[in-house]
Amino acid sequence: MKLKQWIEENGSARKAAPYSFAFIDEGAKREIRRKTLKAVAIPGYQVPFGSRDMPVARGWGTGGIQLTLSLIGPGDVLKVIDQGADDSVNAVNIRQFVQYTTSARTTVNTKKATLIQTRHRIPEERMGKGQILVLQVPIPEPLREVEPSEKETRRMHAEADYSRIWLLLYEDIVRFKEITIGARYPVIVNNRYIMDPSPIPRWDLPKLHMAEALFLFGAGREKRIYAVPPHTPVRALEFDDHKFQIEDFGDHACRYCGERGAFLDEIIDDASGLRVYFCSDTSYCQKTRGKKDGFGDRA
Amino acid sequence: MAYVAVKGGREAIENAGRFFRYEQVKGASDPLALDQICEQLHLAVDRVMGEGALYAPRLAALALKQSSGDTFEAAFMLRAYRTTQPRLGYSIGQSTENMRVIRRISAAFKEIPGGQILGPTSDYNLRLLDFALAEEASHTHHRFVKELFADVPQVSPLIDTFPKIIEILRKENLIAGCHENFRPEAKIEAEIYDVTRNAITFPVYRSAALQAMAMGETGGLLALAYSNMRGFGVVHPYVGELRMGYLPVNVVNPYTQKPELIGEIKVTEAEIISKLEANEGDPKFQIGYGICLGHNETKAISMGVLDRAIQTGEPGVPSEDPEFVLLHVDGVESMGFCNHFKLPHYVTFQSELDRLRKVQEEA
Repeated sequence: MKLKQWIEENGSARKAAPYSFAFIDEGAKREIRRKTLKAVAIPGYQVPFGSRDMPVARGWGTGGIQLTLSLIGPGDVLKVIDQGADDSVNAVNIRQFVQYTTSARTTVNTKKATLIQTRHRIPEERMGKGQILVLQVPIPEPLREVEPSEKETRRMHAEADYSRIWLLLYEDIVRFKEITIGARYPVIVNNRYIMDPSPIPRWDLPKLHMAEALFLFGAGREKRIYAVPPHTPVRALEFDDHKFQIEDFGDHACRYCGERGAFLDEIIDDASGLRVYFCSDTSYCQKTRGKKDGFGDRA
Repeated sequence: MAYVAVKGGREAIENAGRFFRYEQVKGASDPLALDQICEQLHLAVDRVMGEGALYAPRLAALALKQSSGDTFEAAFMLRAYRTTQPRLGYSIGQSTENMRVIRRISAAFKEIPGGQILGPTSDYNLRLLDFALAEEASHTHHRFVKELFADVPQVSPLIDTFPKIIEILRKENLIAGCHENFRPEAKIEAEIYDVTRNAITFPVYRSAALQAMAMGETGGLLALAYSNMRGFGVVHPYVGELRMGYLPVNVVNPYTQKPELIGEIKVTEAEIISKLEANEGDPKFQIGYGICLGHNETKAISMGVLDRAIQTGEPGVPSEDPEFVLLHVDGVESMGFCNHFKLPHYVTFQSELDRLRKVQEEA
């Protein structure tokens, strides 16, 4: 559907929401799209942009929201997840906001969405050609851990001067025999820029490598957009003799669907004090259970 | 056991919002009128306009009402509202010499040309709770106004312009220029680097630095400025001049290309004088400049001190580092990030758990 057609059909009904389509004024949307194109053209490079204030607090996904609002059209199908769950508090809030200002269709089905906004996870099901994943980013600078100054980190990126972050990993191994970075594990994009993949678990990093989908990263408070375009090599930082490892869940399986090949949430059962595990990706979990129950893929 | 993590979020969120509203309305008192907030809590309105970076007293009053008086939240709402409005243009740069002054003082000189104009201030009041205010009625307001003007036959208006105190010092060649660690201004749109349309990058434009502080959070600016003046820094500030009043707003008429007066805004301006320890040449004073929407003297002075502090050549303390100051004084950003830690973090926490357990296994 063309935007013009959409406005004709929905314009009068939308008078209740006293805001323009997708909230942000059109000039700002154009700027965000331009910066997004630049980000796609230079994979892993952080593009500064004039981050607008959203009715959602800074640090709650305003970078992702601005990307979503500048990209979404009337024909899009939106999915919003937080920690893998569609019904998590912040995901619900963001989805309602986007719906309120666009009347876009929504889904929980990863395969049916054209646009997915997420915080802290990449869906378990591989996303395909034409799909976009928008990741919310709290701290876009992977070098912040070793260098607080923005001026200095930009120089380090420009010169590919990454010795200090390699040293950080090395020192970790010397002290603990392990790299102790949990989530937000730094990656090298397109053999050039070191990039913060946002606080996704290490489990999700391989999904960024040579993917079919476009990954866009939005940091609202820090005012940066960056991207991993389809078919781009993305590798976790590792040494030849000390390889990157994803999270290990041992023999645990999802209590709900029985899955072993998904990222699991560990939940403390307060009655018994025992740990139980569930899929973090709730849509995937429902699908897996549906298949086992013979209902097929109807999530 | 129930699978608690999957469903039920939406309903809980909606109910939490309703509960918040209930907390506002459950009492027996009358609803607050925006006029009451604008007139009787005008300093709160001014603060919210300044931190929300939008000169709109009634919207600021509405935001204060809606947020139950939380100035962070109210400024946040104004900022969000700004995003929905197109940027139509920039006003013409305005010298504060043309300010319609309500209050104007200098702490550096006893007598100043034009005189010390105290204006409305509670600076010299004893901060004793006035129990009479607890039970006042509207006729007490009327009586106060009537008595105040009873013995005043006629009010002579203030003169139109007051000379700037620092200009006197400048003529004596006692004022140093801006420090050169600011980036030369880019020639864009209105010849300012608009920080609401561009990310701040470093080295910073001076216009960007001033904007970032002018929309900063009062308490945040104060804390950093206080650290500098108390001991973690070298700025000994003198309030060269503090002004509060109304500034005309002129824009270029797009049809006639002529300047037109479209209104006026209340601002507070502080010019802070501090000695500059020059490596070469004569020692001079350097000016720190503070300005903000509305009447907010603490903010204007704090900003002035920080503007002076970030012009220190080699930053020795946090408040002298432009990055440290400019990236941490925004209340909407810092409040949002602080509160986002209330959001679920169990995926990242799981990753951390995995690492700690692995390290313990190896030990």
